[in-house]
Amino acid sequence: MELQRSMVDGSVSMKDSAKSEISSERTLYPYVTGTSIIGIKYKDGVILASDTAGSYGSTLRYKSVERIKQVGDHTLIGASGEISDFQEIMRYLDELILYDKMWDDGNSLGPKEVHNYLNRIMYNRRNKFNPLWNSLVLGGVKKGQKYLGTVNMIGTHYEDDHLATGFGNHLARPILRSEWREDLTFEEAVKLIEKCLLVLLYRDRSSINKFQIARITDEGTTIYPPYALKTFWGFSHFQNPSKGAAGTW
Amino acid sequence: MVKMTDLPTKGGFSFDLCTRNQMLLDKGVQMPPFRKTGTTIVGLVFQDGVVLGADTRATEGPIVADKNCEKIHFMAPNIYCCGAGTAADTEAVTDMVSSQLQLHRYATGRESRVVTALTLLKSHLFSYQGHVSAALVLGGVDVTGPHLHTVYPHGSTDTLPFATMGSGSLAAMSVFESKYREGLTREEGIELVAEAICAGIFNDLGSGSNVDVCVITKGQTEYLRNYQLPNPRTYISSKGYSFVKGQTAVVVTKLVHVEAIFQLRVDEWQYRINWGLVQCLC
Repeated sequence: MELQRSMVDGSVSMKDSAKSEISSERTLYPYVTGTSIIGIKYKDGVILASDTAGSYGSTLRYKSVERIKQVGDHTLIGASGEISDFQEIMRYLDELILYDKMWDDGNSLGPKEVHNYLNRIMYNRRNKFNPLWNSLVLGGVKKGQKYLGTVNMIGTHYEDDHLATGFGNHLARPILRSEWREDLTFEEAVKLIEKCLLVLLYRDRSSINKFQIARITDEGTTIYPPYALKTFWGFSHFQNPSKGAAGTW
Repeated sequence: MVKMTDLPTKGGFSFDLCTRNQMLLDKGVQMPPFRKTGTTIVGLVFQDGVVLGADTRATEGPIVADKNCEKIHFMAPNIYCCGAGTAADTEAVTDMVSSQLQLHRYATGRESRVVTALTLLKSHLFSYQGHVSAALVLGGVDVTGPHLHTVYPHGSTDTLPFATMGSGSLAAMSVFESKYREGLTREEGIELVAEAICAGIFNDLGSGSNVDVCVITKGQTEYLRNYQLPNPRTYISSKGYSFVKGQTAVVVTKLVHVEAIFQLRVDEWQYRINWGLVQCLC
């Protein structure tokens, strides 16, 4: 209707209105989103975990989205937020790693460098009012030095021993703050992460019971295949809750 | 001809601002929202009864208004209620229902039941369509057993084995979801509640200060005020303030002889009084 009206006015105004209609080339809101990522440092390296859901608003559209990917030899990246922007970020990072490999000088980009590069990209895009709508967790090990950092769509970045994005900040961080230790073994670290993932499964509406854990150490990276956690719904108070109080849930 | 604008104003109400307010609303200016007081309140059912817990910080926006307030309210000797939301609303609504329960106890001659308190609360809150901003965790033990309910500002209720409300509810719920199981003993129940409140205190900015706990079992209620004090003031000097000479740097010294001026003034006044007397006598 906009176009029709301006056609009557004249060709000049048609160009203008067409421009405003078609070329909105800024990210205004996310469409297909991933929920929380959890990352912790443990004795030998870093572990990242997420579920494999891609939600389209309130619909669970994609159930096998890999939201944790490897970047070079020393880094793992996990993303929450807009999936297409994550795919774009992977293009940037793969290009970065490729050019670095092409030098063939024995040096390789570590997690700190990748984090800094990403931080520049995210902040620059935000200043142009066209953000990459993601919250990212970067974990890696280089020469025995463990690294865990985060960067989000407005360019906020920091490092810590344990990190989470989205709902994970509210539900997983409290558990990690009280139970994380420097010298967790791999099994203990996975148990701790599974505790957090279970709480997220119960209390985050956009998470599903299909999780993926990835580990990075000095030896290398492993992204494990997706698996499900056991849930418990058998509390006696969940059976017939309105028995004593009519009208309650 | 006298125009309407020329007439003098009579007494009575002035409705001048009404048009302005309507104009602002039409332009899209929104009224400021009500302040939400930060809180972490929890409750859980254990083997012999119910344990309720709450933090003790009352906030007014970014300011801590009360460092050690009481969020666990008395409803009946066997029923207590934690309140989150607008402090005035939680106080008023719990006091009102507590009085109604007492009158009901006198009328029936029986111990109050948790469902009675629940129904009174939910019907009051529903009739105010959510404008009474009280989110409550109601727990107690009566002849039918231990009960735990949550009541939301719009009047809906849930019956749960464990519940959390308030801004710190997610932090507290993460503790409950990972550690709650059926058939907890009294000590385990109190420990878990205290841990959940501490998670809210340390991870949520709207909650803080101390942990209050209330344990209700058949025939006995224990209100453990300030059960834990995990935020003590650690830097109090026992001597209080002391300002030693030489602690403050002297920048400029200026001596003014006040005595001399005062002396002059006294003489001047004496002179004036004398002259005044002379004038009067003349």
